[in-house]
Amino acid sequence: MKLRLLAAALAATVVLPLGIANAADLEVTHWWTSGGEAAAVAELAKAFDATGNKWVDGAIAGSGGTARPIMVSRITGGDPMGATQFNHGRQAEELVQAGLMRDLTDVATKEHWKDIIKPASLLDSCTIDGKIYCAPVNIHSWQWLWLSNAAFKTAGVEVPKNWDEFVAAAPALEKAGIVPLAIGGQPWQSAGAFDVLILALSGKDTFLKVFGDKDAEVAAGPEIAKVFKAADDARRMSKGTNVQDWNQATNMVITGKAGGQIMGDWAQGEFQLAGQKAGVDYTCLPGLGVNPVIATGGDAFYFPLLKDAEKSKAQEVLASTLLDPKTQVAFNLKKGSLPVRGDVDLGAANDCMKKGLEILAKGDVIQWTDQLLSADSQKQKEDLFSEFFASSMTSEDAQKRFAEIIASAD
Amino acid sequence: MTGQANAGRPNQLLRNLQSKIASIPMILTAVVIFLGGTLWTVFYSFTNSKLLPRLSFVGLDQYERLWAAPRWLVSIQNLAIYGVFSLIFSLVIGFLLAALMDQKIRFENTFRTIFLYPFALSFIVTGLVWQWILNPEFGIQSVVRSLGWSTFSFDPLYTPSIVIYGILIAALWQGTGLVMCLMLAGLRGIDEDIWKASRVDGIPMWKTYVFIVIPMMRAVFITTLVIIASGIVRVYDLVVAQTSGGPGIASEVPAKYVYDYMFQAQNLGQGFAASTMMLLTVAIIVVPWAYLEFGGRKRG
Repeated sequence: MKLRLLAAALAATVVLPLGIANAADLEVTHWWTSGGEAAAVAELAKAFDATGNKWVDGAIAGSGGTARPIMVSRITGGDPMGATQFNHGRQAEELVQAGLMRDLTDVATKEHWKDIIKPASLLDSCTIDGKIYCAPVNIHSWQWLWLSNAAFKTAGVEVPKNWDEFVAAAPALEKAGIVPLAIGGQPWQSAGAFDVLILALSGKDTFLKVFGDKDAEVAAGPEIAKVFKAADDARRMSKGTNVQDWNQATNMVITGKAGGQIMGDWAQGEFQLAGQKAGVDYTCLPGLGVNPVIATGGDAFYFPLLKDAEKSKAQEVLASTLLDPKTQVAFNLKKGSLPVRGDVDLGAANDCMKKGLEILAKGDVIQWTDQLLSADSQKQKEDLFSEFFASSMTSEDAQKRFAEIIASAD
Repeated sequence: MTGQANAGRPNQLLRNLQSKIASIPMILTAVVIFLGGTLWTVFYSFTNSKLLPRLSFVGLDQYERLWAAPRWLVSIQNLAIYGVFSLIFSLVIGFLLAALMDQKIRFENTFRTIFLYPFALSFIVTGLVWQWILNPEFGIQSVVRSLGWSTFSFDPLYTPSIVIYGILIAALWQGTGLVMCLMLAGLRGIDEDIWKASRVDGIPMWKTYVFIVIPMMRAVFITTLVIIASGIVRVYDLVVAQTSGGPGIASEVPAKYVYDYMFQAQNLGQGFAASTMMLLTVAIIVVPWAYLEFGGRKRG
C-alpha cells in the first residue's frame, strides 16, 4: 500500500509540469474483447496512461448480456469500479436515479460538450433531470448489411445492392454450399437484426411509432407484417449458421462461408483485423441498401460515485480524455465506429466509415431501441426473436406476440 | 442441596457449551441468509422492483406475466423432461454399473475410477466437452460420416425438439459415476449370509437383487434420490455451457430464467416471482415426502 502511494506520489511529481496534480489507478470495466475491440480499447488505455494515471483494464468476456449484470452488481453491491462502459440509453437509468453514479455536469460545461458532441441526441441520452452522467465515446449503428464479395463470386452472382437482391441471390449461394445470412445464436443478435429490418423496410416513422410511442396497433398492422415476412426470409437464409458469438458469425463472412450478416458497424473492426479492404473484399450496405438511416446508439462511459478524492479527480481526467479529438480518432478508427465529435478529421476512414459519416452529416439519424426501450422490454423482445429464428413459428404468431410486448413495453 | 440443584439447571444449557457456541454461525447463516433471504425474495416478488428493490406492490401481476411467458413454459417443460429422465436413468444405470462391479471382477479399482472420474469435472467443463462432442461439424456426426456413413445425422444441440436430451446425455455422463459409488457402498453393506442363503434356496441372482437386496438398500436409495433431485432443480451451468438456452429458447431452464430476468432484463420482481415458483415446486414435492418418510417413522 505504502509503496503504491509512494509510486503514485512519484508519478504525480513527474507529471506535475503537465498540469495534472493527482494520479491514480482507475479500474475500467467493459465488454470489448474481440480482436478489433481489444485493439480499440488499447488506444483509450494509452491515452489515459499518458495523463499520468493508470488504466487498469477490467474486460469482461461474453458480450454485454454477461458483462452488464456483473457491472451492475458491483456498483449496487458497494464495490464500484473507476469507470464502466454501458450502451448509453436506459441501461444505467436506475443506477443514476438511485444516486450511485457521478454527475459529470461540471466537466461537461467546462469542456463545452454541448457544442462539440454531434448529434446532440447522444448527450441527451446521457442526461437525466438536466444533469449529465456519462461520456459518450462513439456512435455505433446497427443498420448494416455486410457482404462477402468472395462468396458471391463463388456462387456466380453479382454482389447485391439491397435487401431484395440479397434475398433473390440466396438460392444461388445455398447451391454453392454457402450459408446466405449468418446470424449467431446469442439472443441479442436476432432481436437486433429484426430491429434493423423494421427501420430499413418500413421506414423511420413506423419505427418511431412502434418503439418510441409503443403503438401496439401499428406493431400489429400491415407495415410490420411486411417486416415479419422479411424476417421469415432471413430465418430461412440463416439456417446452418451454427455459431454463437457475433464475431464468429462475422468470421464466416470474412472467410466466405457465409454470404452476409446483419450486424452493427463494430463488425468492421473484425474485417479490418483480418486485413480485408472495404469495397474490395467486402461490401457494406447501410440501412440494408434500402433506407440509409443510421441510429445513434453506441457506447458511453459512466462513472460510479467514489469516496476516494484522488480517484474522483482521475475520473474527470478520464472523461475529458475520452472526448479528446486525438483519442476519438485513434479509438474509432480501430473500433470501426463513428466519432462523437463533428469536428475531428477522419481522413484515414475507409469506404464504409465514410458512408456512415455522410449519413451522419446529412442528419439521417434516429434513436435506437437501447435508448427507447427499457432493458426488460428488450429482453422480452430477445426471447421472442431467438425463439422465432430457431423454430418454425409462423410470422403471424410472432407478430401477435411482438404487438403484445410493445403494448406492455416501458 | 438447593445450591446443587441451582448448579444443575444452568448445566443443562451449558452442556456441550463449546459445540453450541461453535454452531451459532451456522444457525445464524441458516436463519438469516437462507430463511431471511427466502422470505425477502417472496415478499418482493409482489412488487414491481426493476433494477433495485422497491416497495410498490402490484399484487400477482408478476406471476400472471410469468405464466403467460412462453419462455417460462418451455423452461418448466424442459425441467420436467430432464428431471424425470435423469432420475430414472441415473438410478438405473448407476445401480446396474454397481451390480456389475459387485461381481468380484478384476481391476475393480480401475473401473471405479474411470466411472467416477467425470464427477470430478464441473458442469461448465462437462458442458463444453459435450458441446464439442455433439457439434455436427467436428463431433460424433462428422466422425461417423468420415467412416463412410455419409448420411448419418446426429445433431441434438442444434435441433430444438431434442436439444434437452443432448443436455441429458451430458448430465448422465457426469452424474452416474457418483450414483454408482453410492449404490456400490450400499451393495457392500448387504450381509454375505443373505447371498449364501438365497443361493442355497436356489433363487436366481436377478430375483435376489430385485426382491431382497433393493428393498434392503432403501436408505441408500433415498440418499441418492435427494442428491439427484437437488441437482435437477438447480441445473443451470450445464445449459449455459452447452447451449446457452438455444437454439432459440428450446433448452431454457427455470434457473436461467430467474438469472436472466433479475440481471439482464433488470427486472427483479419478475425474477423473484420465477424463483418463488421454483421454491414452491420443490416444496410441493419435498414436504409431503419428507413428512411421510421422517414424520411417519417417528410415530411408528
